Amino acid sequence: MASKTPVEDVIREKITAALHPTTLEIYNDSHLHAHHKAMENSASSETHFRLVIASEAFKSKMNPARHRLVYGLLKEEMAREGGIHALQLRTLTPEEEERRRAQEAAPATQTKPAQ
Amino acid sequence: MFSRSIARQLLRQTPGAARPVAAAPAFTFCQPSLFSLTQQRLLSDTTKQAIDKAVASAPVVLFMKGTPETPQCGFSRASIQILGLQGVDPAKFAAFNVLEDPELREGIKEYSDWPTIPQLYIDKEFVGGCDIIVSMHQNGELAKLLDEKKVLAAAEAEEAAAAAAGEEKKE
Repeated sequence: MASKTPVEDVIREKITAALHPTTLEIYNDSHLHAHHKAMENSASSETHFRLVIASEAFKSKMNPARHRLVYGLLKEEMAREGGIHALQLRTLTPEEEERRRAQEAAPATQTKPAQ
Repeated sequence: MFSRSIARQLLRQTPGAARPVAAAPAFTFCQPSLFSLTQQRLLSDTTKQAIDKAVASAPVVLFMKGTPETPQCGFSRASIQILGLQGVDPAKFAAFNVLEDPELREGIKEYSDWPTIPQLYIDKEFVGGCDIIVSMHQNGELAKLLDEKKVLAAAEAEEAAAAAAGEEKKE
């Protein structure tokens, strides 16, 4: 019972074990939603998460399949009362991640508009 | 009964579900089903049929928390805003408020094999949740899909059709 972020720890463990991500960013946005109506009976400080995951496991999968893969790993945490209420996902392959970084580093050379 | 409440929701829809519907405060508190923790709940036939009907009720269907006018969740709000920005024809759009119906709320998750709300369907096909809608909006895939499915409002659709077919532009 030592960890102050048990849900985040589980997210990290499960995703690392199953997807061997090259990038795994976990943002806990729960504080932004603490006064949101659906949270009024929740004591948990770990309800809203935003994840950026880059993994080979996403290769040749469309976005819905990638998201389902992650939802599947965290099924228990999402179904449990007081568990994860919202999970924002950004799922990339390592190649897509690299391209994204390159684009962010040199936005001026980008020909395609971002919006 | 679920099928009845779906029918009620359908009746309530003006084109684009534009008529304001009072929020249902009784359901705004999230109560995850206890069933999902202990056992896999099977989608009943009646629930499945009612959702089939809802999914087929318009070319573009959004299952959301709250109504298009008063979304009860930021992700539902973002999704509805994007559909508006894209110029989806209100006559070809329907929104279902899952907060009004606990059975729809749980049923749609299993139906779509997708644990979160909102959920977007186009031509009865599951497209994705909010993150996917946002990313498809940003990379142009959503505009392309909506155009292909001919669900954009008249001005946009005519423009696209005229450009595609090289036809004479109508007034």
